[in-house]
Amino acid sequence: MTDSRDLILGRIRSALVGVDRAEHPANEPVARDYHDSHTDTGLANLLARNLTDYRAHVHRAAEAELPGLIGRLLAARGARTLAVPPGLPTDWLPGDSGTRILHDDGTLTATELDRVDSVLTGCAVAIAETGTLVLDAGPDQGRRMLTLVPDHHICVVRTGDQIVASVPQALRRLDPERPQTWISGPSATSDIELNRVEGVHGPRTLDVVLIAEG
Amino acid sequence: MNAVPLGMPAFPAAARDATRNTTLRRNLRHATHTIRDRRAAAVAELDDWAGLRAAGAAVKDQTLRHLDHYLEQAEAAVTAAGGQVHWAADADEANRIVADLVRATGETEVVKIKSMATQEIGLNEALAEVGITAYETDLAELIVQLGEDRPSHILVPAIHRNRTEIRDIFRKTMGEWGIPAPEGMSDEPRELAEAARLHLREKFLRAKVAVSGANFLVAETGTLVVVESEGNGRMCLTLPETLISVVGIEKVVPTWRDLEVFLQLLPRSSTAERMNPYTSTWTGVTDGDGPREFHLVLLDNGRTKILADEVGRQTLRCIRCSACLNVCPVYERAGGHAYGSVYPGPIGAILTPQLRGTTSEIDASLPYASSLCGACYEVCPVAIDIPEVLVHLREKVTEQRGHVVERAALRAAGWVMRDPKRYTALQRAAVRTRAVHPRKVPLPGWGKAWSATRDLPALPAESFRTWWQHRDTPGGTT
Repeated sequence: MTDSRDLILGRIRSALVGVDRAEHPANEPVARDYHDSHTDTGLANLLARNLTDYRAHVHRAAEAELPGLIGRLLAARGARTLAVPPGLPTDWLPGDSGTRILHDDGTLTATELDRVDSVLTGCAVAIAETGTLVLDAGPDQGRRMLTLVPDHHICVVRTGDQIVASVPQALRRLDPERPQTWISGPSATSDIELNRVEGVHGPRTLDVVLIAEG
Repeated sequence: MNAVPLGMPAFPAAARDATRNTTLRRNLRHATHTIRDRRAAAVAELDDWAGLRAAGAAVKDQTLRHLDHYLEQAEAAVTAAGGQVHWAADADEANRIVADLVRATGETEVVKIKSMATQEIGLNEALAEVGITAYETDLAELIVQLGEDRPSHILVPAIHRNRTEIRDIFRKTMGEWGIPAPEGMSDEPRELAEAARLHLREKFLRAKVAVSGANFLVAETGTLVVVESEGNGRMCLTLPETLISVVGIEKVVPTWRDLEVFLQLLPRSSTAERMNPYTSTWTGVTDGDGPREFHLVLLDNGRTKILADEVGRQTLRCIRCSACLNVCPVYERAGGHAYGSVYPGPIGAILTPQLRGTTSEIDASLPYASSLCGACYEVCPVAIDIPEVLVHLREKVTEQRGHVVERAALRAAGWVMRDPKRYTALQRAAVRTRAVHPRKVPLPGWGKAWSATRDLPALPAESFRTWWQHRDTPGGTT
């Protein structure tokens, strides 16, 4: 294996004989003649519009209204079980709604999650221009598996501090060492005659709740 | 690169058969026109597209100029994050590494995310030879695998199949691979997708080993990025205990920040979306979340040869978006199979002959599978000048083989054009003999196919050079 490593690196070095070996990439910054964002106002509305465009269901609520709204979303689907990550604020949870709540302590298996109806999480950051929610496995988001296997995902976004305009702004907020899932609408495919169909393997229904703070 | 498919004719012969298949042409025309219009709209939303495109090309060029540096940096970062890095000089070595890694787990099945690199090296076939079954999980790849077919498009590999054909494939073969198609399944895309969901979910929940490619590998952090739509990628990257990613050495980008360029360029160019439904990033292994073991296989397989060619090098900027396929008049009519490789369309016409060399008839014919119209260059998000590389490869093919007539013609043209006096004299002679020029030149033998469909252009009464010299002279023609 070491042989192939040396072989490939050797091939690269001989392919690059025309490049001055004293030249260091850090000394040649690339021209970045593009915007840091394409908009900076009305981010919550833009996020809502772009999420809706890709067939996510967008709801708005004050934080105090969350338990009621989430209860209604679960009831509308007849959800009997709801999985939640360990660090989800408990005051988001619906009261006596008849839905059994499973707190993921890291032991739920994929097969068990396959029998769970819905999952409720927060997010790390949301990108308005692209209609994207980014999950980075933070305490209110949980393991990646949690938001993948159940067929219904409810994701809560705090509009006060979690929405950025653009991809560059989102990347600056995120830590590459954490595993991330960027979600833009529900799972979809266009593989059959380029007709978009929602829901192949990920959650087929994505409810996004934008909460205004203060 | 893996060998040419057995009995693969040169591009013109394969394309002739494809253009006679009216179903194929209808499917392709519908698909490519739909997506090219959507792409144009998605790109038009960003007024700084030109700047993003230039930055994308510049980042890739800079990476390629220091590829050894960035690969070593990536290797160190992946290793520090708990991953293991393997180097594969060619397809055989990559296949052997993956097979050994799978065998070490004791498993005989793997789930796979669509990956151009693993198709290029023929991984599924190599694994089958040692008794390991690879299940493709991308819907289009599943259609191709179940139909014992070959992919015909980078993004939509089953673009040549319509819904009825897909329904028939599912009905007939799903049961042989696992959970059969539901009774009474129609050819509605929604029902077909549902059948795939049921069929594959059982495999995802059972799988212990997954194989993926990657869209990007960030050198400074060792982070891998996979961009997808369906969620099959997330399933493969998250549920199994062992993850093996086969990644071409040209996929490396220097920094986490550089993703801001490519995560804007790729989705809009590829699926014409502001952002694709799912993007996954991971760095090594994470306790309690996802695979416990991660292997990165860095693949050369001809890429260093391309790197050594200063004109061809730009081919390695490619981020596999497939925008060039969707605008290409040749691809639209010939379809993906005629290119005889997993990389069809304009990018395939330059990538395949450089990866495989031009010794076979099909590979030597690929640089000619283009009218040089330049639409591919216009839409390329990393500004690969595909026509320039095509012409460069044509030169190489003619140098290497006995294209006697073309070589003689080019040499004669060179002799004439090197000397302005010779050039002017020849032009004058051509104009003077205008009346006797034929409209057609019926060439004999193989030249007939070319000459039969072309008229000679009529020469104007005066050459541009003559007109220019006399433009201000009274009495000169205006």
